Amino acid sequence: MGGKYDVVIIGGGVTGAAIARELSRYDLKTCLLEREEDVCSGTSKANSAIVHAGYDAKPGTNKARMNVEGNRMMEELSRELDFEFQRNGSLVVCFGPEELPALERLLEQGKQNGVEGLSIISGEEARKMEPNLREEVYAALHAPSGGIVCPFGLTIALAENACDNGVEFRFNTEVTEVKRLEDKETEDKETADKGAGTAGGGYRIRTLRGDLETRFVVNAAGLYADVFHNMVSSKPISISPRRGSYWLLDKESAPCVNHTVFQVPGRFGKGVLVTPTVHGNLLLGPTAVDIDDKEDTRTTAGELEDIRKKASRSVRDIPFSRVITSFAGLRAREEGDDFVLGKAPGAPGFFDAAGIDSPGLTAAPAIGRFLAGQIARAAGAKEKADFNPYRKGIVKAAALPLQDRAKLIQKDPAYGTIVCRCEQISEGEIRDAVTRTLGAKSMDGIKRRVRAGMGRCQAGFCTPGVMEILARKLGLPPEEICKNGDGSRLLEGGMGQ
Amino acid sequence: MKEYEIVVIGGGPAGLAAALEARENGAGEILILERDVRTGGILNQCIHNGFGLHTFQEELTGPEYADRFVQQVRKAGIETRCGSMVIRVGRDRTVTYVNREEGLTQVRAKAVILAMGCRERPRGALNIPGYRPAGIYSAGTAQRLVNLEGVCVGKKAVILGSGDIGLIMARRLTLEGTKVLAVAEVMPYSGGLKRNIVQCLDDFGIPLLLNHTVVEILGKKRVEGVVLARVDENRKPVPGTQRLLECDTLLLSVGLLPENELTRELGADMDRATGGPCVNQRMETRIPGIFACGNVLHVHDLVDYVSQEAALAGKEAALWIREESGRETKADCRGEGIFLQAGRGIRYTVPQRLDSAGNGGNVTVRFRVDGVYQDSSIAVYSKDCCLVRKKKRVLSPGEMEQLVLTAQQQDLCRRQGEIRICVETGREQ
Repeated sequence: MGGKYDVVIIGGGVTGAAIARELSRYDLKTCLLEREEDVCSGTSKANSAIVHAGYDAKPGTNKARMNVEGNRMMEELSRELDFEFQRNGSLVVCFGPEELPALERLLEQGKQNGVEGLSIISGEEARKMEPNLREEVYAALHAPSGGIVCPFGLTIALAENACDNGVEFRFNTEVTEVKRLEDKETEDKETADKGAGTAGGGYRIRTLRGDLETRFVVNAAGLYADVFHNMVSSKPISISPRRGSYWLLDKESAPCVNHTVFQVPGRFGKGVLVTPTVHGNLLLGPTAVDIDDKEDTRTTAGELEDIRKKASRSVRDIPFSRVITSFAGLRAREEGDDFVLGKAPGAPGFFDAAGIDSPGLTAAPAIGRFLAGQIARAAGAKEKADFNPYRKGIVKAAALPLQDRAKLIQKDPAYGTIVCRCEQISEGEIRDAVTRTLGAKSMDGIKRRVRAGMGRCQAGFCTPGVMEILARKLGLPPEEICKNGDGSRLLEGGMGQ
Repeated sequence: MKEYEIVVIGGGPAGLAAALEARENGAGEILILERDVRTGGILNQCIHNGFGLHTFQEELTGPEYADRFVQQVRKAGIETRCGSMVIRVGRDRTVTYVNREEGLTQVRAKAVILAMGCRERPRGALNIPGYRPAGIYSAGTAQRLVNLEGVCVGKKAVILGSGDIGLIMARRLTLEGTKVLAVAEVMPYSGGLKRNIVQCLDDFGIPLLLNHTVVEILGKKRVEGVVLARVDENRKPVPGTQRLLECDTLLLSVGLLPENELTRELGADMDRATGGPCVNQRMETRIPGIFACGNVLHVHDLVDYVSQEAALAGKEAALWIREESGRETKADCRGEGIFLQAGRGIRYTVPQRLDSAGNGGNVTVRFRVDGVYQDSSIAVYSKDCCLVRKKKRVLSPGEMEQLVLTAQQQDLCRRQGEIRICVETGREQ
């Protein structure tokens, strides 16, 4: 391995993917390094899947700016990149007059941040919009610009589009060291010359799969962004994991709520949200537990119980018997409680996208645009004439009108064999997930691309079928098929007789 | 749009028996739609013996039992389409399905028989805390992988849930060289048949830990162990009773759920206790011409009873076509029948109601009790009149019970407008 690049991005979460996609507009040789076997494997895969309106962040912060801008970009982006996004609107509910000032503060903050359409409505008005809100709901902040998105869909779409536009992706490539090079250290004259005045001698990135050299580094390493930042910057940062657990409930014909329902922080603590997902499930959570271990994505009995209690406070008749899974994700919380964006002090050419906790998913497109712009300027890069902003997702056969579905199967019979019955995913779709740009390599990769195994039976039915297709398309024996990367084989103990 | 007399959804034991009996009773063109590559349903992966003791008076394996029906269906010239997934059933009995060969097809039927079977309850429904690594399987998925795909799922396993599939898989994994450390059951009794506990656990020295559950799953990439704990009478873990079992596999046999997506979309009345549609003694739902049988209706323990129930549905569907298919309104009004009330100790009954007409024959009522009862009776009442009392040494939720109501008894109930089944005078465990 090895190689010389203009830009190396560390981290293939939604932030790294968004930066990669925006950088791919320019004539820069860019490489993204990801520790796991796929993009969207850390914080980006387990969160609330919300496109926040932008009233939460303090005015003037990076969070406020990027949130509102990211929210505004989402619609067009979802059309360009063909991922699922809905502007379903959100409600922040409060439970008594004593909590009203908190809502008003959010309203004021939102206005200052430039959020449009905000209003405070009475409990009755809120219940008219959401009949399942509890009687105890006293008032609510209504934010029509709030939305929901598929975090896998968004991240994968950004990454695929970046890849199609020339960004190189290297997976299973954990970075162990980032070192700033003195001018004389670089082996490549050209790199040294181009970098003069901007990145000095550039950087050497040491990975478990060899070294790379680059003029610019983008640090989008999520929970580990402090580690890389502190290797080169004169001003250290510290990132600690905050765990959030969730419940996911089955799809129902009549969803329990249509808006995203938040609770105003108040006498019961921070509260949890109740929201539909873009796929029609109901999502409850998150908890917020500060922990030390950056890998500890366990759910705990206490947290799960906490979600049940808190969710029931704002919404009644939540069908708890229809829970299909629970999961936990970690948020990368920076001490200063703001996104750390841009040039790292004392490290020319090293750009941070660090401390990206909520509203990071919403903000990612804006962060991508902001940082790509900064880097392009520093590098003196030009926009490419052949940049293609469009990416077509995998066809969703079950969502097509019957006639179109019939035609599709006629053209390619693989779309006629249903492998995942809960989500009605065909063999053709699963095959596409493996064979397309940055294709899936494991069961989870399939699940995040086409939802096979994401439904109510949670892969009970489709596991053998998906394994078979993966093995066939990847040219691997079945016992080498993994759930999500090395060490997660599905089959242990060898083959039967 | 091609027209059939009967379309059967599902080619497992229920669908096959229903189609055959419909043909015996004069139904013309019948189509069986099966989503797997072959008919036989779940029996194809049940390679253990013990099937058919009632139906054939011999002990067959699952595939052998299925094959008897598959052969008869073939001989009867009943049309079968495999690899075909039904995506919609309309109230007008239009059935839409997809497959490789025909693409997307719509057919119309005079009667539809729902025989989609059931599926396994997943881990998420239990909300077991911990990581979400590879190595967690529902027992049926593991059974398919081991028996049909010829692979091993793990080296050391713990099984949660003592339903029949869990018990069968404890033995099956052991025979394939996987060490089964224990079968944990959260209830104070097993959810499986007594004979399976003896033949699958006791004979292999595998401990059955009643009143135990898994409270945490360890291992980030692949299961590295599970933490078991004893539970109290409210099924809450008792602090201090946790113990770690190191293993690479966790099998879940924690219940089966009738698979009724299509039925719900149809708008049929559902029974919360069974998870299936409500039917009358003809296995007919409240939607004219839509019948149901087998595990889609309620989860059975023995396939013999599935075959019997399905045969009844097939026969009634054939009769319905001859007698009533032109008179939908009459059938729609069948609500005037009476409901079988599940009284003390009874979790549910199938059928759920007796329609007002009756057909002059016996009705078999199948049901499950809600706990373990010893030296008790099952009784059927209409008002104060006791129609049936049957002594039972042991009643357990793991074993389906049945009793027969004669035509006279049914008529009495219809006249009195009430019928109730209950458990009497047992010592409750």
